[in-house]
Amino acid sequence: MPRPVRIKDHWREQRLFSTRTLIAIIVAAALLSTVMGRLFYLQVIKHRYYSELSQGNRVRLEPMPPDRGLIYDRTGAVLAENTPAYELELTPEQVADIPDTLQRLSALGLIEADQIPSLERVIRASRKFSPVPLRLSLTETDIATFSVRQYDFPGVEIRTRLARWYPFGESAVHALGYVGIISEDDLKHIDRDEYGGSALIGKSGLESAYEKDLHGAAGQQQVVVNAQGRHVDSVGGVAVPLESKPPRGGNDLILGIDMRIQHIAESALSGRRGAVVALDPNTGNIVALVSTPTFDPNKFTRGISTKDYVALRDDLDKPLFNRALRGTYPPGSTIKPFMGLAGLEYGAIEPTTARNCHGGFTLPGSSHVYHDWKKEGHGTVDMRHAIATSCDVYFYGLAEVLGIDHIHTAMSELGFGKLTGIDISGERPGLVPSPAWKQQAYKQAWYPGETVIVGIGQGYLLTTPLQLAHAAGIIATRGKSYRPRLVTAVRDAVTRQVNTLPPVEDGGLTLRDASHWDVIIEGMEKVMEPGGTGAASARGAPYRMAGKSGTAQVFNIGQNQKYDAGRVTERLRDHALFIVFAPAEAPKLVVAVLVENGGHGGSAAAPIARRVLDAYLLGKYDVAGPAPIEAAADPQER
Amino acid sequence: MMLSGRHANSTTRRTLSASAQLLRRFHLDGMLLGLLGTVILFGLFVLYSAAGENVGQWINQLERLLLAMASLVLLAQIPPPWLRRISPLLYGVGVLLLLLVALHGSVGKGAQRWLDLHLFRFQPSEIMKLAVPMMCAWYVHERPLPPSLRDVMSMLLIIAVPAVLIAKQPDLGTALLVASAGILVVFLAGLSAIVITVGAIITAAAVPIAWHFMHDYQRNRVLTFLDPSQDPLGAGYHSIQSQIALGSGGLFGKGWTHGSQAQLEFLPERSTDFIFAVIGEELGLVIQLGLLLLYLAIVARALYLSVGAQNTYARLVCGSFALTFFVYVFVNTGMVSGILPVVGVPLPLISYGGTAMVTLLASFGILMSLHRHRQLVGA
Repeated sequence: MPRPVRIKDHWREQRLFSTRTLIAIIVAAALLSTVMGRLFYLQVIKHRYYSELSQGNRVRLEPMPPDRGLIYDRTGAVLAENTPAYELELTPEQVADIPDTLQRLSALGLIEADQIPSLERVIRASRKFSPVPLRLSLTETDIATFSVRQYDFPGVEIRTRLARWYPFGESAVHALGYVGIISEDDLKHIDRDEYGGSALIGKSGLESAYEKDLHGAAGQQQVVVNAQGRHVDSVGGVAVPLESKPPRGGNDLILGIDMRIQHIAESALSGRRGAVVALDPNTGNIVALVSTPTFDPNKFTRGISTKDYVALRDDLDKPLFNRALRGTYPPGSTIKPFMGLAGLEYGAIEPTTARNCHGGFTLPGSSHVYHDWKKEGHGTVDMRHAIATSCDVYFYGLAEVLGIDHIHTAMSELGFGKLTGIDISGERPGLVPSPAWKQQAYKQAWYPGETVIVGIGQGYLLTTPLQLAHAAGIIATRGKSYRPRLVTAVRDAVTRQVNTLPPVEDGGLTLRDASHWDVIIEGMEKVMEPGGTGAASARGAPYRMAGKSGTAQVFNIGQNQKYDAGRVTERLRDHALFIVFAPAEAPKLVVAVLVENGGHGGSAAAPIARRVLDAYLLGKYDVAGPAPIEAAADPQER
Repeated sequence: MMLSGRHANSTTRRTLSASAQLLRRFHLDGMLLGLLGTVILFGLFVLYSAAGENVGQWINQLERLLLAMASLVLLAQIPPPWLRRISPLLYGVGVLLLLLVALHGSVGKGAQRWLDLHLFRFQPSEIMKLAVPMMCAWYVHERPLPPSLRDVMSMLLIIAVPAVLIAKQPDLGTALLVASAGILVVFLAGLSAIVITVGAIITAAAVPIAWHFMHDYQRNRVLTFLDPSQDPLGAGYHSIQSQIALGSGGLFGKGWTHGSQAQLEFLPERSTDFIFAVIGEELGLVIQLGLLLLYLAIVARALYLSVGAQNTYARLVCGSFALTFFVYVFVNTGMVSGILPVVGVPLPLISYGGTAMVTLLASFGILMSLHRHRQLVGA
């Protein structure tokens, strides 16, 4: 085919262009139809699907933390309540660089630099979408500092949450315990759905033991958020219908503790290390549970600083240590009524059998002299007198006759060497020694001399103040044993109904001869009479008391050496102990007092017990009652 | 010169109203201006909501709009022969500036597109949107049509040089628009169907090679276009969120300023490249279809004007501008609705952003000049 001559043909070109234009407009219309078809598909056919997606985009399910249950004392005073506090929270999924964010917050002084590693661990262990508290209770300055820079911290927010507040501060902290920020460890044990939005969890004491009751159950609510996850009130002025499931608040606890008595015991012990346990032997209800020194639990609920925590932890006086149920001490002479009871029951001795006390005791075939606390001796004593004057020689001999196996059985039956089952955790069992135990612990045989000193509450025997109170309660009630407890009633969060918990009787003791109770109780009453070791503390009491003092050696003095309180340093002085119940004929309250390195039980511990009894039995709250402190918005102001 | 029958009724035009007289004096096409104005006003209305009721941004847009309008009117006054003569110059300067950007340009958002002229920052690639089709048209203006294969190859070279430079910046969206503007000239000039078919095959074959030269983000865009759910919070986020916005809008939308996707910032680039999703979410499908028809009307009117243009150069430039405008519309709406990958092409006359607006209205100014001056000659 010959190649056509190429000349410019305007008419042809015009027609060519028109054709091309026509093609173009047809193609354009076709392409645009595809777009329109696609839009129709998205906006009409898939409209419902995308509507739901869009709704899900802006509506987020947020947990609603429940209000924690309150704690009341027996008079209705609030011991633990909830007050609003400003919390700094971080939602992991909304923060691109968590370490960097924490560094910058720490640079602003909003969190402590040394807390970053533990915060990072908690964040890693938490759910991506649930806020993690970085700091509880911000000050107004902190709030201002953060607010102006909030823009730099996507995913970090200030929220108002209910924080725990203990109006009585340091008072009764060892019973109440405290709440703290949920830790990485806690996260492993809790149901996270129940803790959505909650920053705090019980860490010790009742707060921990009754966590299930106090916490309640989290609810859920739908909230509108923007793409950064921040809360928005409405979408372009239109309120969005939202659903919510309200949380179920925690149950309230009602304690047997009377804060007035608690306070009297605390102030009587103030400045000393020690413990007081006062309980009703007829129910096991604890009226006062004191361990000194104490500390302010409000520091923990508001996020304790590492410095403050280290100071508390490393304090030589161990304020965090609950001496009332974790402190194990040799009971000293307070064991004697129990030892006497064992002697009578096993027929090792008769109530009226008299023994001669010259101030010393030796085992047959041994030259070792076991001294009496009274150098010249007590002369001739029977069971009642031996208890009243706390004759060591009498009980050395009794222990020898009883033998360690009977002692072990009897002391165990009285609740020593095992947990009392009090309704908070951390209790220690103490120790009632036996040859089998010694073989296991020391790979050594039991020596007869070791039985002798157990007879006066020394040696391997270790008891807690709580066990002493509990065991004294068994004598007071002539064989009834109730599990000690702090909580006497629970108020249901929904029905507001108070459910009184029935006392829990466990075990108890039936004697071969019930008159043996009288012998021991009479002996204990004689302790409080002129000539007895506790007489000074009973002077003028309009009720009869039955008690026993104890002085437990901390420091082993050598044979033929005399213990001189002035010479040994304060921390090596004897522990002073005292157990008492009153009125002797129908006991209403048992008190056990321990004063670490307090010296003599009769002089250092008994007066404290007397004040507690006066308060409980006579209503003598001579010490100015404890005043609850209002929760301060800014803890630093306190 | 032949007058087509459509313009034979010029006698009636003399008796038209004063405003029509004014338009004629300034070489403006009333209908096209009206259509553009309608879209622009609608755009301002939408932008107020899409910008999160940010009045500052809105006023900014208004200022640029006035500048763009001024450039339209100004360019419409330039006689067509001048435009044709300066075409190679414009093209040459444009290529030089692109080289300059490649060597000295400042980097913004990870791309080297801007030339800092101290007074203002300036994107030479925008010039090329006008210069490439003008240069191509200038090239074939004196030659017989349809173009010979050699002419086609020359024009492709004219297109390729700036397109590659722009793609290298990297700015795939603009490169695409520049290249399509040039190719549309070639197409309108009468490129044979055989060459089109061969070209399409070569393009298809070139895809793997292009893939090799792509930046990672560009590859990601293609991959996520094929399956947005692969990376819903990363590269697929734009696509998923914009489809949610459109789909949840339904027929009549959620109401102006009431789009949760847009107002709560789930939709990225809501006032710029993805503003079409805001229209869908807040105003609904009906309004969207109306807008698309309006766009089609603009294209149709512009093509109609180009058919009546005076010479080859004018026809090709006008036709190319008209169809490039359509490419904008199609690529943007296709991207927003998820039938095309995410490419940075704005919705013409509506998206926030000044340069594209100025270039677009400038192209319509040139279009009106090329069309209207013909009548001056004709009269």
